[in-house]
Amino acid sequence: MPMATHMQLPDAESLCSALAEAMRPHIDPARTVLVGIHTGGVWVAERLHAALGLKIPLGSMDVSFYRDDFNQRGLHGNARASHIPFEIEGAHVVIVDDVLYTGRTIRAAMNELFDFGRPARLDLAVLADRGGRELPIAPTFCPHSLSMPAAQMLALERATDGALSFQVMEK
Amino acid sequence: MSFMTAGGNPQLNKHGELKHLLTIEGLPRDVLTRILDTAAPFSEVAEREVKKIPLLRGKSVFNLFFENSTRTRTTFEIAAKRLSADVINLNINTSSANKGETLLDTADNLAAMHADMFVVRHASSGAPYLIARHMAATGRDHIHVINAGDGRHAHPTQGLLDMYTIRHYKKDFSQLTVAVVGDVLHSRVARSQIHALTTLGVPEVRVIAPKTLLPTGIERLGVRVFNDMKEGLRGVDVVMMLRLQNERMQGALLPSTQEYFKSWGLTPEKLALAKPDAIVMHPGPMNRGVEIDSAVADGGQAVILPQVTFGIAVRMAVMAMLAGNS
Repeated sequence: MPMATHMQLPDAESLCSALAEAMRPHIDPARTVLVGIHTGGVWVAERLHAALGLKIPLGSMDVSFYRDDFNQRGLHGNARASHIPFEIEGAHVVIVDDVLYTGRTIRAAMNELFDFGRPARLDLAVLADRGGRELPIAPTFCPHSLSMPAAQMLALERATDGALSFQVMEK
Repeated sequence: MSFMTAGGNPQLNKHGELKHLLTIEGLPRDVLTRILDTAAPFSEVAEREVKKIPLLRGKSVFNLFFENSTRTRTTFEIAAKRLSADVINLNINTSSANKGETLLDTADNLAAMHADMFVVRHASSGAPYLIARHMAATGRDHIHVINAGDGRHAHPTQGLLDMYTIRHYKKDFSQLTVAVVGDVLHSRVARSQIHALTTLGVPEVRVIAPKTLLPTGIERLGVRVFNDMKEGLRGVDVVMMLRLQNERMQGALLPSTQEYFKSWGLTPEKLALAKPDAIVMHPGPMNRGVEIDSAVADGGQAVILPQVTFGIAVRMAVMAMLAGNS
């Protein structure tokens, strides 16, 4: 359930634009490929793909098969197929996610990506970094950082009209 | 088989999640649907550069085959290896069982080698259930058991991969007429198919077979029985052929395989009675010229090889789900 909060949440739409502008000088629209992490990361990647005018179709990953908590949690939620419609070998890949937290999802995503090939360069783009890292992982592109208590979850939501917004959930 | 239903479903843990897969009979529709949904992303793994995902890394899967099988054992082995498990294959009809070791002694010994999962094929109905119950009774219920075919009882992963295949081609079960054709009497595959089809809500399940190859009381499973193949095939969406199980035949159930082909073999002429877009399935191995004509087996309506490919994804999904539900 979304909770009433006094914290000022960042505006996801303007962060999408800021993220695209931060990336623009560092990408080649004809060669750079994006891989969004389900589900929020795919939404952000779709925005970036359009804003940056990338030529190669978007990729998506569901990291369920690479999670490090499988032995504790099992295979929960509906896993989706990963879809990588281009060669990873030798590519400049940007992994895109909505919120960076412990870093475990990104660890899983990197492991999965390398099972498709060896990228020439790998970057990480996120809309927001909420702190609380448990692994030595840092974003390449991140327009907003904030600090949140562990009991709260920052989640990206998409309205029926496609508008993106952040919500805070109590765990 | 009533031994499955005594004292709740032994395949489910206290949260209603799948712990063993012993039979499709008695599993709720949402569990079957969840397996089919889970299998879909696993099929994508086969298209990768590295056809392996780390879910079962460090786990030991023992293929315990007390009865011969090539396809089923191989696809279980590939499935476990693509999940990164260590796989140990035992063909026990050439091993300790011949020296007099009992089924449970064999299982105990393998459990002592830190097995995490048993995939069991046995000529006796109920053997996998016996192992699962024994493991639970001796405090080793972290070991998961998958039935890879027991006697005439069940072959649940075959039933599930058949459902996956049907859903792949027909999208939805709720409007279908499906025919199961042939040696139903000796077929564990037929039983698993029928339970799966009725549980998933297929409105008309037909069983087409000569009277001598039908178990008595098959109607009680919710199927329509046809003793005439042409009549039974009329208007069906899916034709599921069964293998004529020569090795299980006792007594004179049939005049000859040639006679059988004449009345019960699926030829292009008989298939023409089904819907034009009907698909033809077969669990393998096929007896060409006995239950199926080569022109059908190799024809455009056959989905027999895709069944094999889907079988790997379904077996991966089942193993991954069980391993995660302790």
